[in-house]
Amino acid sequence: MMPAKPRLVRVLDRTAASATITIDGDVVQAFAGESVLVAVLAHTTRLRTHEVDGAPRAGFCLMGACQDCWVWLADGHRIRACTTRVVDGMAVLTGPPAGPADA
Amino acid sequence: MHSTVIVGAGPAGMAAAVVLARAGEHPIIVDEAEQPGGQVWRKPAAPLQPALARILGRAAAAEHEQAHAEFASIAASVDHRPRHLAWNLQGGELFVIEHRRIRPLRYGALLLATGATDRLLPVPGWTLPGVFSLGGAQTLLKDQGALIGRRVVFAGASPLLYLAALQYKAMGATVVAVLDTTALPEKLRATPALAAAAPRVLARGLSYMARLRAGGVAIFHGVTALGIEGQDYAERVRFRCSRGAEHDLAVDAVALGFGLRAETQLLDLAGVPLAFDVDFRQWLPIVDGDGRAAPGLYAAGDGCTIGGAAAAAISGRLAAYAILADRGVAVPATEVAMLRARLARLRAFQRALSRAFAWPAHWLADARDDTVLCRCENVTVGVVRAAVAAPLGPREVNRAKALTRCGMGRCQARFCGLATAELMAHALAAPVATMGRHRSQAPVKPIPLDATLVDEDTP
Amino acid sequence: MTVLRVNTAIVGGGLMGCWTALMLRRRDPGHCVCVIEKGKVGAQASGVNYGNLRIQGRHPGQLPLSLRAASLWERLPDLIGEGCEFDATGHLYAARDDAREIAKVETAARQASEAGLATELLDARALAQRWPWLNGFSMASWSPRDAIANPRLVTPAVARAARAHGALIHEDTAVHGAARTGAVFRIDAAGGLTIEADTLINAAGAWAPEVAGWFGEGAPIVPAGPPQFVTDAVPYFIRPSVQAVDGTVIFRQVRQGHVVVAGYPRSPSDPVANRAPVDARKIVNAMGHLLRAVPALEGATLLRVWSGIEGYLPDMLPVIGPSGTTPRLVHAFGFCGHGFQLAPGVGDVLADLVLEGSSRTPLDRFSIGRFADGSAEVAEHFTREFDRSLQVQAVAHPGAQRTR
Ligand SMILES: Cc1cc2nc3c(=O)[nH]c(=O)nc-3n(C[C@H](O)[C@H](O)[C@H](O)COP(=O)(O)OP(=O)(O)OC[C@H]3O[C@@H](n4cnc5c(N)ncnc54)[C@H](O)[C@@H]3O)c2cc1C
Ligand SMILES: Cc1cc2nc3c(=O)[nH]c(=O)nc-3n(C[C@H](O)[C@H](O)[C@H](O)COP(=O)(O)OP(=O)(O)OC[C@H]3O[C@@H](n4cnc5c(N)ncnc54)[C@H](O)[C@@H]3O)c2cc1C
Ligand code: FES
Repeated sequence: MMPAKPRLVRVLDRTAASATITIDGDVVQAFAGESVLVAVLAHTTRLRTHEVDGAPRAGFCLMGACQDCWVWLADGHRIRACTTRVVDGMAVLTGPPAGPADA
Repeated sequence: MHSTVIVGAGPAGMAAAVVLARAGEHPIIVDEAEQPGGQVWRKPAAPLQPALARILGRAAAAEHEQAHAEFASIAASVDHRPRHLAWNLQGGELFVIEHRRIRPLRYGALLLATGATDRLLPVPGWTLPGVFSLGGAQTLLKDQGALIGRRVVFAGASPLLYLAALQYKAMGATVVAVLDTTALPEKLRATPALAAAAPRVLARGLSYMARLRAGGVAIFHGVTALGIEGQDYAERVRFRCSRGAEHDLAVDAVALGFGLRAETQLLDLAGVPLAFDVDFRQWLPIVDGDGRAAPGLYAAGDGCTIGGAAAAAISGRLAAYAILADRGVAVPATEVAMLRARLARLRAFQRALSRAFAWPAHWLADARDDTVLCRCENVTVGVVRAAVAAPLGPREVNRAKALTRCGMGRCQARFCGLATAELMAHALAAPVATMGRHRSQAPVKPIPLDATLVDEDTP
Repeated sequence: MTVLRVNTAIVGGGLMGCWTALMLRRRDPGHCVCVIEKGKVGAQASGVNYGNLRIQGRHPGQLPLSLRAASLWERLPDLIGEGCEFDATGHLYAARDDAREIAKVETAARQASEAGLATELLDARALAQRWPWLNGFSMASWSPRDAIANPRLVTPAVARAARAHGALIHEDTAVHGAARTGAVFRIDAAGGLTIEADTLINAAGAWAPEVAGWFGEGAPIVPAGPPQFVTDAVPYFIRPSVQAVDGTVIFRQVRQGHVVVAGYPRSPSDPVANRAPVDARKIVNAMGHLLRAVPALEGATLLRVWSGIEGYLPDMLPVIGPSGTTPRLVHAFGFCGHGFQLAPGVGDVLADLVLEGSSRTPLDRFSIGRFADGSAEVAEHFTREFDRSLQVQAVAHPGAQRTR
């Protein structure tokens, strides 16, 4: 299946230096000063799936209040996508990295 | 010990810092955002700053510039700490965290100017990707120079619907419609009060509507039965207009908002009592006219009572003068009197506005059982209703949280708390104020587990 | 004024009160019982505790009662019609590389097996093999029968079951006073409610000394609670409930992914103002201890902190049994942070006392008289796992002469 088309739209010319990040392993161009949320949602349609029902989620408040937009970094740390800026080389995951085996 | 610590570098916190700095103080001002400005004077990252005028329009951009310039002028006397979240308040210490470093701050006076975020109401489909809060839709534009989508519906009850729709339109989005859930007669009834309190602001608001109409945007008043549908993304918005006709619009994004909700968690942790405000239909701290909440503790701006940017800035100045006066410093009496009078007028305007754009709490009476109420824990309306109906069922929101997880998630009930109280009030046929409010618990927002405590004075 | 005539009145709708009501009704459907709760059932310690159903590591005098409770927990759906997330996850009582800690674990394991609870001593290699994510412990005692359940759900479910069995449950009804005249207790409660009862049970948790005081008795309750927190949901991998014997950290993971943690030392809580403050420094400490024990949680976040109002007694043993001053007054309070697990057993034992006059489960260690005659000792826990102000309170009690 083709990934669904992202719908978040950058409307200003990005004059800033670009930053290269990966999203679930895909190499993606983003721009300095941009939030991780913009970088991810300009690339795909979701940030994560919900722990309870597995439904896709893409953040909601866009101002650090709803906590719907937490994603993972490859090192296992969680970040709030709407208030965290991209950094060149960042490896973002839209699901938890493989943890220790189930007991 | 620091003399004054301010939480929040929005209009209220910035204005307070200016007064304190000019009086020779050295306040610390912490804000979790990267830039000062708060919600309304939000400043994008440096690479996007030149484009701000295009987004805001020239007049607003100038206002914006002026506020930032004033704050910048006192930079030498203010210890501004961006990216610092104040996450706990206990025993005269404010705990802040910056990138896994936790610092306790002792203070002589603490001013909480934490502002407000969108108030929401659950509608079917509001958890779908592509649905964002109204304030968020605008913030994305101001902060990130991005749109939530290309074909956007703005829905809810707020004057911001019209401003945000205009800004989106100006940036090239197709505004499919503005769906205002308040009926025209309600707005007309509030008009005299609005005109009396702030005629210019009213005129500006009306001009937004006129410009949208002139630009061919459909505006519906008195919208009901709002719902969003889509497979994995918002694709359609369904609603009923005031004439009773059902409508169905194709979209790729929805901005949803019903006014503002004060950020009162730190005040609550400090033990400041909150009271239910019948106009704003939410719990607001009990403070005096200048923002005194308790000895050494002050509140200003939208986190104290919903008032808008101008009122926030004035209340910030009043709170700063209160801090100085309580220390025995002489304050300019005529200026304070004038500020109080202006604040009273602006707040009266905001009250009238809250009636013109009333939050449709009655929707909760017949909300569909399968609608998600608590986004964090994915708890539906039906689950809470069933709990209420069970023997020994909950009679206030904290108990409902304990039994159903509704409001127990990461956002600490910011987005479901008020609606849960309204839902339960309807189910029990009881006044909403008796349903209580979610007690705040630290941390006010999640913090990383691998954070460590560092000494207050370790850089 | 309303007068209600019952056989047994229970002050306090926590776990103890609700289980007792249920057991009385199950065993004697003709027995009229009423629970009177000042707030909501299970809204205090019973509803906010950590959720450990730990048997091992208890004072040996508590083990028979604890085992009786365990067999009731294991039949929870039969008894109350709901599962309440009961899960026999097993419990690890773990020591660091420290002779005293190791001795403590070995003693606990020996006492468990003497009481009939199967446990297994595991060395560091065995721990690494079974739970490779666990770090920093040199050995542990593994008790597979120990379990967890969701405390938020249990008490209301027990109360509903008790009500379905015919018990009366009065919420939002504070008891203001009680006295015994002739063979009848008269109990004055909020809203002009008067209850007359043959038997009165004091299950008022941290507030129980007030009730005892109405009958000229007391117990040196120290109201306190451990600092607790929960993380955001992470993929489920921590099956057992794990407890460091030094008390620094206790943790478990729920199926939905959240890790629930209790730290130390316990802090004072305030039953009068109804507050249980949590010290941020203790939480940050506990976060550190948790990450040392489970480094894989490094990327998770702290969601929420809380504590509760529990009644601790200086010897870390509850009061369960008849009053020393008043016939047919029975006390059950002061559960010292262990009462969640004991609760169904306590309910059953109190039903023994009310219906049969005695219980086959030994209760001699739990007599209220031990504080009057000075035979109660101050437990070693109090010197390590409580704030200094609480230690001072515990040591100052009248029966503290024989401090260990
Ligand atoms: C998207 C949006 C658009 C708006 N547009 C307008 C408008 O056009 N006109 C108008 O009059 N009003 C507008 N408002 C209302 C607006 O809230 C107020 O007018 C104004 O911004 C309030 O100022 P304030 O200083 O009280 O709070 P805010 O501007 O909200 O600032 C509060 C600040 O506190 C910080 N903060 C909060 N909690 C913490 C914490 N625990 N730790 C650290 N920092 C913290 C936040 O990051 C924020 O920067 C808007 C609101 C929103 C949400
Ligand atoms: C934070 C915390 C963690 C814990 N963790 C665990 C654990 O993991 N495992 C474990 O086994 N135990 C644990 N415990 C202990 C356990 O929760 C308690 O021992 C147990 O819940 C006690 O039950 P109770 O019914 O005696 O008390 P409570 O639940 O406190 O109930 C007493 C009730 O009496 C009511 N009451 C008091 N006075 C009056 C009056 N005058 N009139 C009417 N009603 C009155 C109160 O409102 C209250 O509801 C923990 C306790 C706390 C606080
Ligand atoms: S979208 Fe709400 S916190 Fe990020």
